[in-house]
Amino acid sequence: MMSWLDFFRARKPEAPPSANQAKERLQIVLAHERIGRTREDFLPRLQQELVAVVARYVAIDPGKVAVNLDRGGDMSTLAIEIELPGPKTEQPPRAAAGQQQQATAG
Amino acid sequence: MAQVIVVTSGKGGVGKTTTSAAFATGLAQRGKKTVVIDFDVGLRNLDLIMGVERRVVFDIVNVIQGEARLSQALIRDKRVDTLSILPASQTRDKDALTREGVGQIIEELSADHDYILCDSPAGIEKGALLALYFADQAVIVTNPEVSSVRDSDRILGVLQSKSKRAEEKRDKVKEHLLVTRYDPERVTRGEMLKLEDVQEILAIPLLGVVPESESVLRASNTGTPVILDQESNAGQAYKDAVSRFLGESVPHRFLEPERKAGLFRRLFGGRAA
Repeated sequence: MMSWLDFFRARKPEAPPSANQAKERLQIVLAHERIGRTREDFLPRLQQELVAVVARYVAIDPGKVAVNLDRGGDMSTLAIEIELPGPKTEQPPRAAAGQQQQATAG
Repeated sequence: MAQVIVVTSGKGGVGKTTTSAAFATGLAQRGKKTVVIDFDVGLRNLDLIMGVERRVVFDIVNVIQGEARLSQALIRDKRVDTLSILPASQTRDKDALTREGVGQIIEELSADHDYILCDSPAGIEKGALLALYFADQAVIVTNPEVSSVRDSDRILGVLQSKSKRAEEKRDKVKEHLLVTRYDPERVTRGEMLKLEDVQEILAIPLLGVVPESESVLRASNTGTPVILDQESNAGQAYKDAVSRFLGESVPHRFLEPERKAGLFRRLFGGRAA
């Protein structure tokens, strides 16, 4: 967890060597960016298509879809949260969540 | 037919223009007829680094727009007679460069030069894309620092997708890694990315390592390409890089901290890292 404290720690002479951290961070970020380079950004389309599939069965508000991606070294998590309306269509929708996860090797 | 070499990096301030000036001068010193083109329209600096700023009359935009002939815009270097410089415009904006215009200039230069060096501006906007578009080879200038390495990786991706060679599905642009501002002392202390790490991450052949050196600022102060300062380690490192570029096998130097080896290491012959 990076905090503002690290900023000061890094300036002290006894700060631990940081070159290894630089290497690890670069390896992770570049692994992801290189994948994105050959493939176009699929998230917007994935979101559209998922919403379309779910909408075939349940009336949902396309605005109430949240897509979150957490990029990690060994595993990434893709979380898609779609808010479903309540059983009675007249009433305001009750919050319910559908989750889907997908892991990609880093 | 000349070989077109782009000197690029993505990130600014890593030493593209210093490298372009040194490399072009080095190739010319080896008898190769060389021209170096500044693509940084609006922010030209190659003229200053080459020490020809007072001799600029016409620039690349004048040539593209038909206001001057190419031969009028080229500045012959007074130190090395096989070298000339085509400056960028300082007053126009980047849109003044067109792919057709640049293509015509490169074709014309190609007839009577061995090497055409393209000094790219930072970023991945029009000027940078045009600088790399016609390239046969690319020198990727990288500092041992996270943002520079990331941007170099990005620009390698651009070379592989947006260059003329990529578009025409010909052999890909030949890539060379040039690590600059390398500080072996800090590397030894674990404060700076090691050369091996940068190589491993970018995975392209290493052309050279230029150590962090006071001589680079001195060279730019005086408008003398640093390669002409053969007393300096940076100048020697560039000279080695040019030799490797021309196919010679030259060992890498300046990768270990200078002299200051402690008594213990001197006595027992230990090696750093």
